[in-house]
Amino acid sequence: MSSTISKLSRRDFLKAGLAVSSGLTLGLRVGPAPADEVMPFMPNAFVRIGADDAVTIIAKHVEMGQGIHTGLATLLAEELDADWAQIRVEAAPADGSRYDNLNWGGNQGTGGSSSINNSWLQMREAGATARAMLVAAARLPIPTPVKLKEAQDFVYIGRPLARTDGVAKTHGQALYTIDLRLPGMRTAVMLHPPRFGAIPAQVDDTAARAIKGVHAVLQLAEGVAVVAENFWAAARGREALKVEWDESRAITLDSQAQRAQYRELADSAGHSLRADGDAAGAFATPHKLVEAVYELPYLAHAALEPMNCIAQINKTGCELWYGAQSMTSAQNHVAHLLGIAPAQVKINQLFAGGSFGRRADMRADYVLETVRIAQALGDGQPLKLLWTREDDMRGGRYRPAATALRGAVDAQGEVQAWQQRIVCQALRGGGVPKDGKVDKTLHEGASDLPYRISNLAVDVHIPEPGVPVLWWRSVGHTHTAFAVESFIDELAHAAARDPLELRRSLLRDDPQRLAVLELAAAKGDWGRPLAKRRGRGIAVHRSFGTWVAEVVEVKLGDAESFTVERVTVAVDCGIAVNPDVVRAQMEGSVGYALSAALSGEITFKNGAVVQGNFDNYPLLRLSQKPAIDVHIVPSSAAPSGVGEPGVPPLAPALANALFAATGKRWRTLPFRTPSAA
Amino acid sequence: MGKLTINQREFDIRADDDTPLLWVLRDELGLTGTKYGCGKALCGACTVLIDGAPRRACVTPIAAVAKQSITTIEGARSKLAQTVIKAWLDLDVAQCGYCQSGQILAAVALLEKNPHPSDAQINEAMDGNLCRCATYVRIRTAIHRAAEQLA
Ligand code: FES
Ligand code: FES
Repeated sequence: MSSTISKLSRRDFLKAGLAVSSGLTLGLRVGPAPADEVMPFMPNAFVRIGADDAVTIIAKHVEMGQGIHTGLATLLAEELDADWAQIRVEAAPADGSRYDNLNWGGNQGTGGSSSINNSWLQMREAGATARAMLVAAARLPIPTPVKLKEAQDFVYIGRPLARTDGVAKTHGQALYTIDLRLPGMRTAVMLHPPRFGAIPAQVDDTAARAIKGVHAVLQLAEGVAVVAENFWAAARGREALKVEWDESRAITLDSQAQRAQYRELADSAGHSLRADGDAAGAFATPHKLVEAVYELPYLAHAALEPMNCIAQINKTGCELWYGAQSMTSAQNHVAHLLGIAPAQVKINQLFAGGSFGRRADMRADYVLETVRIAQALGDGQPLKLLWTREDDMRGGRYRPAATALRGAVDAQGEVQAWQQRIVCQALRGGGVPKDGKVDKTLHEGASDLPYRISNLAVDVHIPEPGVPVLWWRSVGHTHTAFAVESFIDELAHAAARDPLELRRSLLRDDPQRLAVLELAAAKGDWGRPLAKRRGRGIAVHRSFGTWVAEVVEVKLGDAESFTVERVTVAVDCGIAVNPDVVRAQMEGSVGYALSAALSGEITFKNGAVVQGNFDNYPLLRLSQKPAIDVHIVPSSAAPSGVGEPGVPPLAPALANALFAATGKRWRTLPFRTPSAA
Repeated sequence: MGKLTINQREFDIRADDDTPLLWVLRDELGLTGTKYGCGKALCGACTVLIDGAPRRACVTPIAAVAKQSITTIEGARSKLAQTVIKAWLDLDVAQCGYCQSGQILAAVALLEKNPHPSDAQINEAMDGNLCRCATYVRIRTAIHRAAEQLA
């Protein structure tokens, strides 16, 4: 880590000393230098101290709402002893040699709730080193390794400091990709094929070109691009296009048929991932046999800022401006496309108006689309591609999954066997790979089942319906947690045991999971009687190194309607670097998961995505948001992420609450109607 | 094609009369605090105030507001607006921040009409403003807090 922290020359240091004297709370004074010698002090890749006293922290992770700029700044400022009021945050450029995600070695990127975890020591060391340079003054070199603070000496870490991006974001001043205007820039809108796999065959662009402001119409492999002076002209140009598509390779997927196919697959044995004990034997003579199939639809990420990117190709390479989750991978893709070196692809990081995994597309889909348009134009000018909401919803998707579960309970109410069969698309294509390494996003949270059950079997089927899939906030845990945490509840009821008590008995070796479970139960009033037509459900799950338990309370309305009234969250994420950001992420995750549970569903009809905008893909609204209490388990462990782990427990806790209220099992998401009596 | 009064300033506009106000604000005038989220009056990201009332700029042709006073987030300077923004900051409402210009203007319009909105009235006034980051709990609290501070 300290290898990324460059040495500072004594001369630079002395110059910097002057600039620094009032920007930090070190009480440090270095002898006066001529005014023209004052320059920014940049002791390493992560901090710069300017002549204006501003301490600028260079953030290697994209800020997409999760509060990472604030978190990274907190870590560095803590060890630098910087005055929080002087802190500014600047996004780092793409440079995997200095700004890689240490959990992903060499790869710069943001995802898997890994940002705080991989930066925990790096940013603190960067701050401590800079501080040591300042304090050591003329006594260079500075000591290595540099000493970090003990937890009891933290001034900023663990405090609810205000977000560094709050002021810009509440004044309409934060710069997102959609906002950036560069000299000579044009805007493109792309007409995508109506079905995955189709390509444009015949394009009549006469009417489109006649529209005022339309500059060019380009037929590309991905579709037809309309390039114009501004968005509105481009959008009108697109409406005027007449395109015939070659659909010979297009998919013809139909959601109803897919569902039937997945259920059928769930009936036959798949590729085994885990086989402990003798599940088959235990199922031969169960006292009680419980069987259930859980189904999940495709989901769009639906970040409020639709996907977009700006690209400019010039003699030295290609420059991009956007909110980038996968910087190194995007550099590689773009370099490959243009036949240049990855280092020639410069990325300027901007705020992202939400992402939830979408901007980390491993094929860099919309980024490559932008570059291809800029390449086809060949004018060396900056080009902005802006997807409309419809483009975004029909281009961004998750995978549907079906999971069949069987459980055997003995006469004493003990769980004797558990068999889980997952049918789910993989990120890298269908079928079991030759090396047998199954994409863990199919089974994370299932093959590592925390419950102590001696006869345990997990297997998978990996179909390939031709729909590109991607990670979606909490990735594999979205579907595994729903199945696992619903089913353990079903087993508890079959065994006539309290769902909390059954979990407790099966988690004796898992103290951290137990602790969040107990905390959520206590704060969520588990066991306290409820009024009629109400129900309470609980679920616990670990993802990305963070344990979260949730207790959901529902109230039934007329017919089959219900309201989620209250959600109690307990989270163990190690040290909460900023407890208010942790709370905000739990509140947001509950909302995101609830949105999916109540109405999130992308369906296909004859290969085309049915939904296009928020009228038929409704998002959670203010009136639907329950009261949410978040309780953070005190910890001295290194921090783990909080952007995603609040999502997985919500749907099963809600399903369990609905069961408690109605006596019916809710196994098919979204929960429009109960699926089984 | 005419003039628009935005944030108490008059602008000469080149765009055609039927161009949605949103794209004139963003692409012609560089007032990018007003966001695009859906283009169909379904999300509220483009909310601006027209003579003080919230309107979706994405479906409002400029010709329809030629004679009215338009306020965008950049011009939200009234005492009430500043109080709302302050409450937003105190609670650190914004996550990705993309919806927040629209949320804040919708809240300003609500409090202008109703200085002490109930939860039900907040639901009614704010339900068309989607927040994908689901910052709703804090939005509600911030509106109540701004109301208290204005009392
Ligand atoms: S962009 Fe106008 S309401 Fe969504
Ligand atoms: S803060 Fe991200 S959409 Fe509202």
